[in-house]
Amino acid sequence: MNKIIPVLTVLAVIVAVWYAAAIRMNSQWTYDQAARAGTEVTLSTLVKDTLAQERPKLPAPHQVVAELWNTTVEKKITSKRSLVYHGWITLSATLLGFGIGTLGGIALAVGIVHNKAMDLGVMPWAIASQTIPILAIAPMIIVVLNSMGISGLIPKAIIAAYLSFFPVVVGMVKGLRAPDQMQLDLMKTYNASGAETFWKLRLPSSMPYLFTSLKVGVAAALVGTIVAELPSGATRGLGARLLSGSYYGQTIQIWSALFAAAALAAALVIVVGILERAVLKKMGMAQ
Amino acid sequence: MGMVREKYSGKNKDISQMKKPVIDAQGVDLTFQTNDGPVHALKDVNLQVDKGDFVSFIGPSGCGKTTFLRCIAALETPTGGKLTVNGLSPDEARKSRAYGYVFQAAGLYPWRTIAGNIRLPLEIMDFPKPDIPERVEKVLDLVDLKGFGKKYPWQLSGGMQQRASIARALAFDAEILLMDEPFGALDEIVRDKLNEELLKLWAATNKTIAFVTHSIPEAVYLSTKIVVMSPRPGRITDVIESTLPKERPLEIRDSEEFIKIAHRVREGLRAGHAE
Repeated sequence: MNKIIPVLTVLAVIVAVWYAAAIRMNSQWTYDQAARAGTEVTLSTLVKDTLAQERPKLPAPHQVVAELWNTTVEKKITSKRSLVYHGWITLSATLLGFGIGTLGGIALAVGIVHNKAMDLGVMPWAIASQTIPILAIAPMIIVVLNSMGISGLIPKAIIAAYLSFFPVVVGMVKGLRAPDQMQLDLMKTYNASGAETFWKLRLPSSMPYLFTSLKVGVAAALVGTIVAELPSGATRGLGARLLSGSYYGQTIQIWSALFAAAALAAALVIVVGILERAVLKKMGMAQ
Repeated sequence: MGMVREKYSGKNKDISQMKKPVIDAQGVDLTFQTNDGPVHALKDVNLQVDKGDFVSFIGPSGCGKTTFLRCIAALETPTGGKLTVNGLSPDEARKSRAYGYVFQAAGLYPWRTIAGNIRLPLEIMDFPKPDIPERVEKVLDLVDLKGFGKKYPWQLSGGMQQRASIARALAFDAEILLMDEPFGALDEIVRDKLNEELLKLWAATNKTIAFVTHSIPEAVYLSTKIVVMSPRPGRITDVIESTLPKERPLEIRDSEEFIKIAHRVREGLRAGHAE
């Protein structure tokens, strides 16, 4: 109970600030309408009107909740208006990209840890790749792949992988280098081969680092997928919902897609967290 | 109560005996090149260790005692002189798995149970699978950890963890046990108990043990041979053959004999410092 009260307090403050901001930001339209009709605006009509506009600058929380409810529970999930449908489109590309990014990241990290040339040659490029704004590079990748006849899921997954491999590389390089000199010396006294040292010492040591990276990576993959959906003129996916919402001034739709994306990201991070706890417990590393 | 007292001359005096020393160091030098110039970690180290000896290396930090142990284990390579282990070069001895090494920290893998940790060298050395459980049980019994095989390291005290790491070093039947301040991080009560147990284990297994310590009582209590070292450059200043009987209850530390040997070790350490 003691833990719930602070959480609820923070939530209540956020909602209150949001409502206040909605009233203030949407009031201009209400005043304009009233001036045109020649009527006076009382405080009660102001509140009532600003929180119920069809295309508000800032939708009120209950409008977003209603839209979310309407587009998830009340619509069939095969409907083009269902957020579940769009969410799945985004999620499938995210998961594929995340898988590619994770495997690629681990492979790069293994190479970097075992090969001095790769350490010097690859790491700078990995870092450079992340300094380019994803918004700049995503359309180019989409266009290039489109010209090669690849469209749909794959280009989105590649951009998701592009964002998610980096935290995995950084985390795994650190994790694979986590064993200290004494532990490496111990393996040497057993005359262990490089492969044995890798499988029995380096890889298990890196597990906590891997899962920390995966949590960052999976959220990055989702961002990558949504960004990839923006320039491709896609009609499906959360990114497409955001884009079409902004074309038609459907702020409520934008906000509900935004919340759906946030919920999806949170769910993915939680799933990775559960997986982490299960794996570390099975390894005996969770105390 | 005659104690063999001889100023260490650096010459092998046991050469008349036909048995070959397990560890034979002749004029071993090790110089590290650092940015501040060369550091003489070891200079002209001469030492013979026979089979079944319990040799302690004692000296202040920087005297090269750990470095010499690491040379025996082929974790460092001498820059001069001749060093053989079982008649082989240290690296060949390492590859033939001649020794078990116990580090200052237990260094057990947190993701393996105690039995799993002891299995580690056996898996790497390709021991036949059916033999492994029996070996694990045997060494767990030797270090008095019977029944703890299924526990994880964090469930054990520091002393028990160090015992498990000794069991791990014993598991593959190496004839030589190299121990680098294995009880350095433990409190004195636990250390006393483990010293007593180590002597029993040594008597039961007839291993050759090289033991690095900075505790005079520990060195005198455990050893048949005490090597006193001093720093800058790291070298041997005295080698004391202990005259204490092989059977050593803890009370032996109050005996006149014990105090005499401890006194000589202390003198050797002081002399090394004065130079």
